[in-house]
Amino acid sequence: MSSTQTQTQTTAVPVRGKKASATPGTIILWVLAALYAFPLLWFILSSFKPGSELFSLPLSILPETWTLSGYESAWSRFNFARYFANTGIVAVVTTALTVLVSSMTGYALAKYKAWWLNVFFMCILATTMLPTEVIMPSTFVVIRDLGLYDSLPGIIIPSIVTATGVFMFRQYFKTVPDELLEAARIDGVGEIRTFFSIMLPLAKPMAVTLAIFSFQWRWNDYIWPLLVLNDPNQYTLQIALRSIVGADNIDWSVLLAASVISLLPMIILFLIFQRQIMSADMNSGLKD
Amino acid sequence: MTASTAEPVEQTAPAPQHPRRRRSSIRRGQTIAPLIFIAAAVVLFALFFVWPGVFGFIYSLSDYRGFGTPDIIGFDNYTRLFGDPEFYSALGRTFLFVGLSVPLHFIIPLGLAVLLTTKLARGQTAARAVFFLPWLISPIVNGVIWRWLFGENFGFFNYFLSIFGIGPVQWQTNGELALVVVLIAGTWGGTAFTMLLFIAALRNIPQSYLEAAAIDGAMGWKRFRRITLPLLAPTSFLVVLLTTIGGMKEFAMIQALNGGGPGTENVLMVQYIYRTGFERGDIGYASAASMVLMVILIVIALIQMRFDRKDVQ
Repeated sequence: MSSTQTQTQTTAVPVRGKKASATPGTIILWVLAALYAFPLLWFILSSFKPGSELFSLPLSILPETWTLSGYESAWSRFNFARYFANTGIVAVVTTALTVLVSSMTGYALAKYKAWWLNVFFMCILATTMLPTEVIMPSTFVVIRDLGLYDSLPGIIIPSIVTATGVFMFRQYFKTVPDELLEAARIDGVGEIRTFFSIMLPLAKPMAVTLAIFSFQWRWNDYIWPLLVLNDPNQYTLQIALRSIVGADNIDWSVLLAASVISLLPMIILFLIFQRQIMSADMNSGLKD
Repeated sequence: MTASTAEPVEQTAPAPQHPRRRRSSIRRGQTIAPLIFIAAAVVLFALFFVWPGVFGFIYSLSDYRGFGTPDIIGFDNYTRLFGDPEFYSALGRTFLFVGLSVPLHFIIPLGLAVLLTTKLARGQTAARAVFFLPWLISPIVNGVIWRWLFGENFGFFNYFLSIFGIGPVQWQTNGELALVVVLIAGTWGGTAFTMLLFIAALRNIPQSYLEAAAIDGAMGWKRFRRITLPLLAPTSFLVVLLTTIGGMKEFAMIQALNGGGPGTENVLMVQYIYRTGFERGDIGYASAASMVLMVILIVIALIQMRFDRKDVQ
């Protein structure tokens, strides 16, 4: 085996003498990349076209006159500051609670042994197969009976527990040696303090990964805000966007601009956490 | 259970002052602590999974309209459901949509993952970011983007086709084409997710397996089929499971793209439940539809698990 292994880093697999050409693969990859980039690019470029240019043929890729008028009217006609605040509160609060609850639950499932923990684990396991959408009429009644209708907590509270988050932390804490926990016990550190001062800091990489996913889910969430919110002052971005799409006559220049505005936080988040997102351990069974 | 972990602690502990009291407090701590850790999750789980599950079934047997006290009417909702052409249409469309979208969510991301992890292509880091971008976009904006591109009078695609003298194509008013647009939009938005799953799995394949196969003369497609694909089986299973579930609950993107249109032709199950339960306020009837969707999902999950067990072994 070692006789055929090449020393060069460029060929991962030894091919006798000649290097496999990367040209066809590169061409396919970049043609596909262009196809994937095009819809968003066209959309963003269109948002800088004045209303008259949006529908005048022939269409041109670059706007002939660049304008921010779509953005100006979108910003003045809709209370975007409010939508941003609402969506931000929902996404941040839910994410923080999701990470906290998931890490505690995952830790208990990984490090303690009791029959009722197994039962609970089986229950959590069962929910991975069932999206909350299948029981939405009765969940809506529960939210309403709890007095959470038309309030941000009505979106936040039902979204805290995700099987994915619990799994991710359970898997992670399984890899932490039990000796660490035992050492803490010998030193007389309480179980709860052990978790918060030793275990949770250890699980920081997992917490960051789940936080990124959770934020993305909640920022883009649609169905629960749609069901729970009624007052336009409580609207999240997605619901506000939908109200523009749902209008009888779509004002495209406003809709394009408003959509692009709603994307900005996610794109900024992506640029900041690009490395963590790309290397995230996706095999821990991700599902919203 | 707790004793087995507490015992060695006592033996190695450097002479605690009150061995007996100490041990029992550790034991108690080890019983109570996990309860505290899972308390929040148990409460939330009971409130938002168990309760709605049980009440969903009860409502499905009632004429509940969201207010007042529901009257139990037996299986009338189910009888009505199975006589409703709109329900069959939604169910059929959902199966068609899932049946077409799962392969799309499998083959394209797998191909991309291979191109992005092997030496077959260059510029991988930049390309990966491009494929990743659609994942950031909300289903609503995804729907808006494709609605814009496939506009019948002003959309880019019809303009592009008109250059070659084709069209205008009725992307929104022809049911089959509207479904094609939904599939394209869904695949575009979902590629990154499954692609990352495949990339992670491909990275985990030991290089030595591939090298051994190369020595045996298995290269390219043959090596991929004989070595890589079987080793990807657990991830493939996960991808099929998650994309099936994802397809069964598709809602937001279609709402923004064509609202389930033309007419009700592209209304999928979740939208059907939404329309009957929330637009018409028929919670009892919508709950019956929910129960049917739930049973379908459970059956799909059980079938897939059987296949999974066969595949992995």
